[in-house]
Amino acid sequence: MSIEISEVSRNTKLLIDGVPFAVEDVNFVKPGKGRAIYRLKMRNLLDGNPRETTYHSGERVEEVHIASHDMQYLYAESDHYVFMDNESYEQHSVSKDMIGSKAQFLKEGLMVTALTMHDNVIGVDLPKFVELAVVESAMTTKTDTVTAQQKVVVLETGATVNVPTFVKERDILKIDTRTGTYVERVTKK
Amino acid sequence: MSRAETSRLKQIKANLERRALILDSIRAFFKSEGFLEVETPLLLPHVAPEQFITPFAVNGWFLSTSPEMHMKRLLAAGYGNVFQITHCFRKGERGQLHNPEFTMLEWYRVDADYLGIVEDTERLVLAVAGDLGLGSTIRYQGQDIDLTRPWPRTTISKAFRKSAGWDPALQHDPERFDLDLVDKVMPGFSANRPTVLLDYPAANASMARLKPGDRKVAERAEVFIAGLELANAYSELTDAAELEKRFREVLEKTGDGEGHRPMPRRFLKAMADLPACGGIALGVDRLVMLLCNAAAIDEVVAFPRELA
Repeated sequence: MSIEISEVSRNTKLLIDGVPFAVEDVNFVKPGKGRAIYRLKMRNLLDGNPRETTYHSGERVEEVHIASHDMQYLYAESDHYVFMDNESYEQHSVSKDMIGSKAQFLKEGLMVTALTMHDNVIGVDLPKFVELAVVESAMTTKTDTVTAQQKVVVLETGATVNVPTFVKERDILKIDTRTGTYVERVTKK
Repeated sequence: MSRAETSRLKQIKANLERRALILDSIRAFFKSEGFLEVETPLLLPHVAPEQFITPFAVNGWFLSTSPEMHMKRLLAAGYGNVFQITHCFRKGERGQLHNPEFTMLEWYRVDADYLGIVEDTERLVLAVAGDLGLGSTIRYQGQDIDLTRPWPRTTISKAFRKSAGWDPALQHDPERFDLDLVDKVMPGFSANRPTVLLDYPAANASMARLKPGDRKVAERAEVFIAGLELANAYSELTDAAELEKRFREVLEKTGDGEGHRPMPRRFLKAMADLPACGGIALGVDRLVMLLCNAAAIDEVVAFPRELA
């Protein structure tokens, strides 16, 4: 929906060249008799990068309705993942590219936060931490030369992480999805 | 009352107390100068046509954007020097230095021109600072500002040539004018002294008369202190036909949309009797900010828009 720049405030979501932005700050400057100048600080909702743009009174921008939904991961198909909206029970397909390497931590039933624009998912945020079981605990390999206190294990989702040597198969580990690293052992078998 | 509101109001109470002293001081100054304090309506059938000032429309009426036209009608009736402290309303103006409802001090001096009005402003600000016990140097946002008269004056042409590399009096480019004023010219002003900008391009004359002998510019002055645009002065245009022509040009631009504004006929009719005079509008909230060392208008207004 097209709106006047004067109607934009913090938290307004704008669509600029097809990309959704969240407005984080509006700096209003106006010489007494002159044209108002709006300096917008925004954040790209897809890649998180900041952007600053200057607008003038009378200009129009495209407001977009971005909603945040709790969704549950169901399963993977050839080039996409399927999530279900926990409120509407609607299923949404999300391309594998959109989730990228974090997909290695997607476990059936995992709750994620999905951003939607006109009912299409435009972004998926995994929880900061997930708990996953170890399915394969290999011996310290020759290539793992970082330290003898570390080894590589395979998790139930197929992801591999570096862990301390005391970790065993079927242990539940807490993983930081932002860095893809081991945090701690939650339960041991 | 919410805890947040109580806490905020307690925090700004010292500023609001000083604000009350400033209002007393302004009134005392003008009374000692022999000015009559007047009141004009806030609910108006028409507002002064201005391209970039949008009024709030209320049931076919408008909230006042400026007391200018009614004060001039009093002047036309022979009231002599008048001043007023009043609220003005300008739609969409909200920011660190703006609230859509704000307080304006406006005064008119008969037989004065814009330079005489700038001198009034210098004396007024010094008198108010003196009444607060601040003397002629005030501290604002970490800078000492020397208010000693006379305040440095420069023209739009000189300031733009120096900081923006072009001369708005010779080159008509209103869009670039506002942007460069904010981004290039104002940052070039001294941090420790007020700046008076004189002689705006004729295209930005508003209700100021053109300068006799140099009709490319208008006798309009703006006063800046510490980056705050404090006041806007004119040698008032008394030519009703010229005024109507300027109004018509603005009304053509602002169009018949939501902001449709009728031609202020009663005002134009009175202009035949307007004596030669100078006038100025000074943002009281900004003056209070300056004298309270407040960075934002919200620190000197009890209930800004979002908290009203």
